[in-house]
Amino acid sequence: MVERTPFLNFFTHIILFAGFVFCVAPFVIVAIAASHNLKDVNDVPMSLLPGSDFWVNIKTAWTTADLGPKLLNSFIMAAGVAAGKVIISALTAFSIVYFRYPGRTLIFWLIFITLMLPLEVRIVPTYAVVANVLEPYQTIMDVTGLSWLIEKVSGVHVALNLGMLNSYPGLILPLIATATGTFLYRQFFLTVPDELTEAARMDAAGPLRFFIDILLPLSRNNMAALGTIMFLWAWNQYLWPLLITTDQSHATAVTELKQLIPNVGGAPEWHIAMAGTLIVMLPPLIVVVLMQRWFVRGLIATEK
Amino acid sequence: MASITIRGVKKNYAKTQVVHGVDLDFASGEFVVILGPSGCGKSTLLRMIAGLEEISDGTIAIDNTVVNKLEPRERGCAMVFQNYALYPHMSVAQNIGYSLKVAGVPSAERTQRIQAVARVLELEHLLDRKPMALSGGQRQRVAMGRAMIREPKVFLFDEPLSNLDAKLRVQMRSEIRKLHRRLSATSVFVTHDQVEAMTLADRLVVMNGGRVEQVGTPAEVYSRPASRFVATFVGAPAMNMLEGEVTLDGISLLGDSRKLNVSRTGLAVGSKVAVGIRPEAVRMATPGTPGALAATVDLVEELGAGRVIYVDLDGAPFSVVTSEIVHPEPGSAVGLQFAESDLHFFSSETGARLDVFKASVPEPAPATL
Repeated sequence: MVERTPFLNFFTHIILFAGFVFCVAPFVIVAIAASHNLKDVNDVPMSLLPGSDFWVNIKTAWTTADLGPKLLNSFIMAAGVAAGKVIISALTAFSIVYFRYPGRTLIFWLIFITLMLPLEVRIVPTYAVVANVLEPYQTIMDVTGLSWLIEKVSGVHVALNLGMLNSYPGLILPLIATATGTFLYRQFFLTVPDELTEAARMDAAGPLRFFIDILLPLSRNNMAALGTIMFLWAWNQYLWPLLITTDQSHATAVTELKQLIPNVGGAPEWHIAMAGTLIVMLPPLIVVVLMQRWFVRGLIATEK
Repeated sequence: MASITIRGVKKNYAKTQVVHGVDLDFASGEFVVILGPSGCGKSTLLRMIAGLEEISDGTIAIDNTVVNKLEPRERGCAMVFQNYALYPHMSVAQNIGYSLKVAGVPSAERTQRIQAVARVLELEHLLDRKPMALSGGQRQRVAMGRAMIREPKVFLFDEPLSNLDAKLRVQMRSEIRKLHRRLSATSVFVTHDQVEAMTLADRLVVMNGGRVEQVGTPAEVYSRPASRFVATFVGAPAMNMLEGEVTLDGISLLGDSRKLNVSRTGLAVGSKVAVGIRPEAVRMATPGTPGALAATVDLVEELGAGRVIYVDLDGAPFSVVTSEIVHPEPGSAVGLQFAESDLHFFSSETGARLDVFKASVPEPAPATL
């Protein structure tokens, strides 16, 4: 559509620019604050001209919060969640779209319901399960009297225990099981023409073959989109890592930021905190910049 | 090379039945075309042979082996789809060679066979392209290559030419025919286009409403249509049909206004019949010629090689195809003549062909009305 609407164009650009300023201003302030020294950053009002201590502050933040290993932890967790999510979503959507089996609708709705149960809502049971993955089975055995029976017969006391606190699987697995990705894939699979499935059947490709050779390559854009979103989402997780990482060696960068925030009575080292924030913000930013092209294509979903 | 035997095959979708008991035999190496209007069950039948649709009832055997329960891959069929169904992310070579890859053929042999197929289809220079960068005709050829490379016992074509423009369609038609002569694999070709059907088929199967109306060579189907449906569906423009009633001395047409003096009807007096005559079998005559049928010209269509003249016969539409260079003015009167032997009779109730002239020899004398 070609229209000549100079006034409307002007207005829309004004609005766009206002939005841009609104989004970027906080980052600019963070960056400026990170470049001041202790005195300047606590001036009221803070000077909006950048100071000269940027690299010093970055270095201090890096060592104080031990950001090297923490960023690695964050990266492992976010990448793990993104990869796990992409794989699980693709598999579940494949099952739901391409196979007819009893209980398919029920399973679909069960997955759907998890949309309404984010991690924060089910955090207590999830914690219990991660603390001992076999706990539910233990409970079932206790309630049904099975463990009593086993103890009577064999003399072995059944106490199943598989803890995942302070471990990467504990960080990653509970964040993987949600429905959004499944839906994204489902919508995409529904747009794949039936003839393609039939052609693959005529070419003697079994279901798994079809999935790997045809569906996955076709859903590259979807994978990129979902992977990016999930990477960001997992990177920004705070509550869950805070809860299950009692051991510093598995803490993530986002939870460690708290170390940099001045305590009551401590020195108001906001410049260090801001420098740390900048460091922690950087990896997701890089991911977005790198994935942007595929990411947008995956979300608009129509490949030309 | 394989024969196909279809016995009492039916197809139900939930409550509706779309194929009502089909019996067919395709000989080994034959090129069979299934022709019918859309929704007649022809594609469903093809897909049942391929194994893409379950067979509700009856059996399909390929080479005398019942394949009802076999997966498509175990049936030895290859299929060319209407919209080609090429894998968009694979190059032409990968598309053609995919079935070999699945079958675990080593890559050296695979490349060699892809090359061989590409040579036959003149695709050699396109092997590295993606389907998106191909024209319709090229995609069509890739789809054929994908079917060919497996050296299947049976080729199935599901309206493969309907997405091509007219010129390309004619070209691909002859290429398919040539290819069949060369590979001589049993081929089943589904189409709604009668020109395609007539030109390609060794044998033609005409289907309507989930039933087989007629099986025969294209010439047989054209010259002796087994039912009123076949008569009007095959041939363009369609066969003229006039409703009539058998009387003591012939057939009265168009509500008693005309009379057809047919010598040997052999039908009960009072039974309703439809009398058909091909537009090509009608000759134009000057109005008032003795024995000619008077009609008024409605419209003349120029075809270059001939003309279709639509006339009005007491309110009934009627068409004539002639190669004579005549251009009667719309509204002018013309006379129509035809031989009794060119008439086809169909029961008005069942639509079945009535063989009134079983022993007839072509008669030069025109029928009089």
